[in-house]
Amino acid sequence: MKKTKTFLIAGMLSVIGLIAIAADHIDAPAVQGTTADITDYYAFEGATSSNMVFVANVQGLIAPTETAVASFDENVLVEFNIDTDNDFVEDLIIQAIPRDGKMYFFGPVASGTTTAILSNASINGVVDITSYGSNAVTATNSSEMKFFAGPRDDPFFMDFARYGEIIAGNATSFNSPGADTFAGTNVMSIVVEVPKSLIGGSGSINTWVEAKRKQ
Amino acid sequence: MKLNIIKYTTVLFFAASVFIGCDKDDNDDTTMEMKVDFTGSFSTEDQMGRPAINTVFVDGTDKDAFNVTAPSSQNATFQSKFQSKLLALNAGYTTNALGQDAATFTGLLATDVLNVSLDGKTTFFDGTNVLTGRALADDVISTELLLIFGGPDGSSNPGLTNDNVDANDKAFLDTFPYLASPW
Repeated sequence: MKKTKTFLIAGMLSVIGLIAIAADHIDAPAVQGTTADITDYYAFEGATSSNMVFVANVQGLIAPTETAVASFDENVLVEFNIDTDNDFVEDLIIQAIPRDGKMYFFGPVASGTTTAILSNASINGVVDITSYGSNAVTATNSSEMKFFAGPRDDPFFMDFARYGEIIAGNATSFNSPGADTFAGTNVMSIVVEVPKSLIGGSGSINTWVEAKRKQ
Repeated sequence: MKLNIIKYTTVLFFAASVFIGCDKDDNDDTTMEMKVDFTGSFSTEDQMGRPAINTVFVDGTDKDAFNVTAPSSQNATFQSKFQSKLLALNAGYTTNALGQDAATFTGLLATDVLNVSLDGKTTFFDGTNVLTGRALADDVISTELLLIFGGPDGSSNPGLTNDNVDANDKAFLDTFPYLASPW
């Protein structure tokens, strides 16, 4: 897996001469190419309008031939942060941690600035991690939250190669049409759907996602 | 977690019986599997709110630091650097299509969180709503390019305001989990 992925990334780097890749794929030296590398974050209203959906993707640029052996890292905790009073400090968190083929979820729960897994949270859930080639396995808990974890097509699209050439001074405009640098690649996705009533109900929130490694 | 309590109790029960019995079973890992270990201390390695912010606006030497700076502290540390980067990307920047001057625009972006409405349409930008979420199909890069390069009415630097990749390479699903199956 690492070999093809490294080759893919190396190929891109040689073309564009840059280390950083959008949206957040291998965005910084310490995390690029690691299991804690967040590639993208989404928050949108669910098919049921009373629900909000959060999507965190990690480990970008996984080739199809390498996806079957890609896995979540049991030492990496993914944490969805929700700020309900616009001070940019999390008021609620939802944590996701993989253990033995399952993804466990804790929250929404009031957190403070915790470094622990809040496994005593009264709202929690678990879903089997979907294996490559299988239909999506989903789960629902008693709070009407839905859960998914597993490989998915990378939903991000951009002509990143051309952007790199522009930034490097080798081009002055985008091509039309452009070429999606992320076409045909996969990511490891965690998707949580949660009733809005559990994350503030109305108004607006600020949200961000963290990947935290066990020390 | 109620399930956990049951598991935990069961594990303790089994563990106790193993200890009471003898240790010839100490390679039996069925009891080990029953207790899920959630202990430990975790620290941040990566974080993000809006797409491409670290990639576009943060200098190479600051990228790791940006990823571990709490959003509540990001503005103080990074806003002026973001403004310099914006003007390096587009020396002719005056205001963007949202009417934001360089300080206002980078002041918004330096705090890297997604703003999400719980009451209405959730989109990065759909022509009407701005920064009310991020949906899978949103062309976020073209939105950011437009705000960086497009000037007050979006017409400046036409070759830089759209990467001309407007949609994903696979159709999204209408129902949970919404993302397309992997290639």
